[in-house]
Amino acid sequence: MPFMVAFIWAYILWLVLTAGTKGLGWNVQELVAGLIFAIIVGYATRDVVGERANRYLNPLKWLEFIPYAFVVFWGMIKANLDVAYRVITGRIRPGIVRVPVDLENDAQYTILSNSITLTPGTLTIDACPDEKALYVHWINIPKGQEEPKNSKPVSGPFEDWARRLGK
Amino acid sequence: MNGIDYLVYTFLGISVTFNMLGSIALHRFPDVYTRLHGATKSTTFGTIFAVFAVMAHAFYRLHVTGDPKYLQMSLHSLVALVALLLTNPTGAHAIAKAAYLTGYKPKKAVVDSYESRIAGHVKAEPEEGEVKP
Repeated sequence: MPFMVAFIWAYILWLVLTAGTKGLGWNVQELVAGLIFAIIVGYATRDVVGERANRYLNPLKWLEFIPYAFVVFWGMIKANLDVAYRVITGRIRPGIVRVPVDLENDAQYTILSNSITLTPGTLTIDACPDEKALYVHWINIPKGQEEPKNSKPVSGPFEDWARRLGK
Repeated sequence: MNGIDYLVYTFLGISVTFNMLGSIALHRFPDVYTRLHGATKSTTFGTIFAVFAVMAHAFYRLHVTGDPKYLQMSLHSLVALVALLLTNPTGAHAIAKAAYLTGYKPKKAVVDSYESRIAGHVKAEPEEGEVKP
């Protein structure tokens, strides 16, 4: 099954990159060449992908990423207005805080760390699944938040999103 | 000039503005971590809008001419956008962690919880010119 996951995603990427070779569709050479290369890629990476990747074959899983994309985009807009304000005024109160989180697997840590980096004023420095915590560089720590008890003040709703998407 | 051109120029304007802010951030902020904020967030956001501008232009031209090369143009820039969104936070994370492990402490920091975690693992070298207490 790890072979199938890598194969399907490699083939979809090939199809996206070669669309428009015959009219708006694909000509036969591209389809066959894509098949060959996707098989090679799938075979070569079957040990890297791992068994747990099977959950990403479920199309419903990918529908969940659509509202997430909008939430992240809104977060990015706020993040950029925030950074723009700090660039212009120079008003910063930086520091590295330890954020306790309650997540189970690596995919959830990856999603949460990347969301935190893309959204307001925070940058993940290290994820430590062994002590269930993230270390986050925060550009403007509000007074009294030097040691946050959960991820709410740092990442807003993203811990719940990460838990749901990485299941 | 027609409607779609105004849209494309608006996207390009937003893109250039935020990329410029990211560059200014590199000069204004005091240390590597705060600079990374400007370098990653602002440039990612700016580049997203550059891709939106390309896609708006390409889809409009596709609609007018029906030439498949415009379909390729928009799809390829979409793939570039996805790659950028996946790699940019990861790269920032790697740079920040590497900087910390090399011994660069955050300047003006009000709190540094990472220090106690790292203390047991790595012995940080004092920076050049720094006087040991």
